[in-house]
Amino acid sequence: MGLTQLAFYVFAAVAVGSGVLVILARNPVHSVLWLILAFFSSAGLMVLLGAEFIAMLLVIVYVGAVAVLFLFVVMMLDVDFAELKRGLADYLPVGALVGLVLLVELSLVLGHWALAGAAPESREAVFAIEEGVANTPALGAILYDKYLYMFQAAGLILLVAMIGAIVLTLRHRPNVKRQDVLTQIYRGRDVELKDVEPGQGV
Amino acid sequence: MDELLREYLPIIIFLGLAVALGLVFLVAAWVLAVRRPDAEKISAYECGFNAFDDARMKFDVRFYLVSILFIIFDLEIAFLFPWAAAFGGLSDVAFWSMMVFLGVLTVGFAYEWKKGALEWE
Amino acid sequence: MNSDFALVVPEILMAAGAMLLLMVGAYGGEERQRNLITWASAGLMALVAAIVATRGGAEATAFGGAFVDDGFARFTKVLILTSSALMLVIGKEYLERRGILRFEYPILIVLATLGMMMMVSSGGLIALYMGLELQSLSLYVVAAFNRDSARSTEAGLKYFVLGALSSGMLLYGASLVYGYSGSTSFSAIAEVIADDGVSLGLTFGLVFICAGLAFKISAVPFHMWTPDVYEGAPTPVTAFFATAPKVAAGALFARALYDGFGNAVADWQQILVFISIASMFLGSIAAIGQSNLKRLLAYSSIGHMGFALVGLAAGTQAGAESLLTYLVIYVIMNIGTFAFILSMERDGKPVVQISDLAGLAETRPAQALALGVLMFSLAGIPPMVGFFAKFFVFKAAVDAGLAPLAVAGAVASVIGAYYYLNIVRVMYLSQAERPLEIRTNLIGQGALGLSALVMAAGWLPIFDGFGLPEMAAAAAQSLLR
Repeated sequence: MGLTQLAFYVFAAVAVGSGVLVILARNPVHSVLWLILAFFSSAGLMVLLGAEFIAMLLVIVYVGAVAVLFLFVVMMLDVDFAELKRGLADYLPVGALVGLVLLVELSLVLGHWALAGAAPESREAVFAIEEGVANTPALGAILYDKYLYMFQAAGLILLVAMIGAIVLTLRHRPNVKRQDVLTQIYRGRDVELKDVEPGQGV
Repeated sequence: MDELLREYLPIIIFLGLAVALGLVFLVAAWVLAVRRPDAEKISAYECGFNAFDDARMKFDVRFYLVSILFIIFDLEIAFLFPWAAAFGGLSDVAFWSMMVFLGVLTVGFAYEWKKGALEWE
Repeated sequence: MNSDFALVVPEILMAAGAMLLLMVGAYGGEERQRNLITWASAGLMALVAAIVATRGGAEATAFGGAFVDDGFARFTKVLILTSSALMLVIGKEYLERRGILRFEYPILIVLATLGMMMMVSSGGLIALYMGLELQSLSLYVVAAFNRDSARSTEAGLKYFVLGALSSGMLLYGASLVYGYSGSTSFSAIAEVIADDGVSLGLTFGLVFICAGLAFKISAVPFHMWTPDVYEGAPTPVTAFFATAPKVAAGALFARALYDGFGNAVADWQQILVFISIASMFLGSIAAIGQSNLKRLLAYSSIGHMGFALVGLAAGTQAGAESLLTYLVIYVIMNIGTFAFILSMERDGKPVVQISDLAGLAETRPAQALALGVLMFSLAGIPPMVGFFAKFFVFKAAVDAGLAPLAVAGAVASVIGAYYYLNIVRVMYLSQAERPLEIRTNLIGQGALGLSALVMAAGWLPIFDGFGLPEMAAAAAQSLLR
């Protein structure tokens, strides 16, 4: 067994194991930490597949930002997680059964692994990867014109996310003094200095 | 493919070492250290007082707003990486496509700014 | 590339318009611009609908097949755009009076509608997913739009969590389909199926995609979110949910199955037969015990989607045609019904209980008559137009050799008639202690009256005279390769 295979099995096992622990951990903060480990192992798997860019995105976006957001949410919600978890034992048999059925079904798919005859070629035909071109530039070469439509759609989705986050959470409190930079800059020279006697006020 | 993975070999070795070293410390502490816990010793310490209440409390939703806006711009930057990496060979369409993408998000940014979502009052 | 852009002019207009209005709203002073932006959004959608409607021409694709412009897409786009614009205008006063109309609302509706346009025009799995997410994300936000109400927030959260789950299933199915067929574009998938048949992996992918889409159209067994979201969301938002998104999801279902898996009808027909039977019966039976009108209409929409899917299950051109006809009629009925619900109030507060309708026939005979007509039509009782909608889907099913499905649908529609007629009974036969107040405004009452008139006028003069069957047939034909 080569190092590549070994690395695959280690990453895969860690990903699955930490995935299970995300659900089972008692402390929600620990859950998020396990989730981060799961993201890291998935990044490792992506590297093994040759998808370097996706791997780095997993680390930057998911570990760096999404997991941190999760931590915020976990801390923000004043929820008794032990209370929430109490249902786990009740639902476990049903959940395990569903999972088992799904597992059996999916292993059936694996057993009858039959790609369509044209599948490998049509996948290659999307973009022939030249030797010696790194992953990220190869993506860049097609993402912005061949997939322009989806790329712009992604921009719009991000715009909706921005509007949504502000619409749902932004609240201005009344009676808060804010700094108004423009007023400060355009303040004239009409400033009057006053000697204020102690104890008397203006 | 193998060449690509060979570049990552140092990282794998590094990860392996880090995990091994971490485990060694944990196991060593567990095996070697002297442990004689009592109630006073393992209770939470808060400047000599007994703990008042649960450390967990509600955070202001503004933290969430800031972090979600951060994620959105993080993703925007993620789209910039391949564009920058392939910049030399990009077609005009690809160049302007990114400009439009940035324009859309600038509209969002202008909206945020005007709404005061970036201010901490 | 230029011809590609010419093809997506309606979409570009929508996106640019939404961003322009966002800037107007942010920099123009919210209070003053709210009205302007709502009307401008509705106007924009009407304008784009007119542009799409006047476009002709054969099927054309853009951006490497990701975007398809054919008769089917144009037909559903016009329906989606007009119903979105109407619902925006009808619901405006309600939101304004309750102080929850902010200028982002019409903009989010425009962006959701843009997502729906992308959905019905998608030529592949990636475009399908991007359109779906653009639509869903906007809908999650508008469901929770009344953020000071716990119910509205709950509706938004439930919708979001379950919606994200269904998107996950859809994506998983899409990845399986891509893995086994080697392509994400519908035409390439169809070719692979024509050459090699449906492999087991493809079947799995198809099942997962169907599950994800069934969630979006709220078909049993993926319907659980519907009653809570309908009840919790502000009523104008519920009214919107009941119209345009249903059309888009139904059309997307048809697009994915006919375009991508048109050569594998036998594989998805069983799934659709099951979910349509389950939806029809659950929609009919679970609605009986409801006392809240919005919840009742949620179950009603589940049932109606079941009927619409009967047409899709047929897997023929007549099936797609009857699906489109059904969606048109369903949307018109819902516009009228929700225009009425939006006008119900007592002491200035909105009420949505069925018991509140008691004695309406005496105090407001005209409105009671209109609502009665709509209920008869929703129940599918001849000679109302709702009957013809059901008749066509059943006919398509029988012609495709699915007679048992049509029989089941007929039984379900008889059961469902009970709760629609119950509303009529409450209006005409019960006495109210205090009569219901109806807030009359021209737009809402006009929509109610027109939609009731259309439903009562019968199939022949309005729809047949207007050429709906021909348009639906042309649209369905363009869907079939």
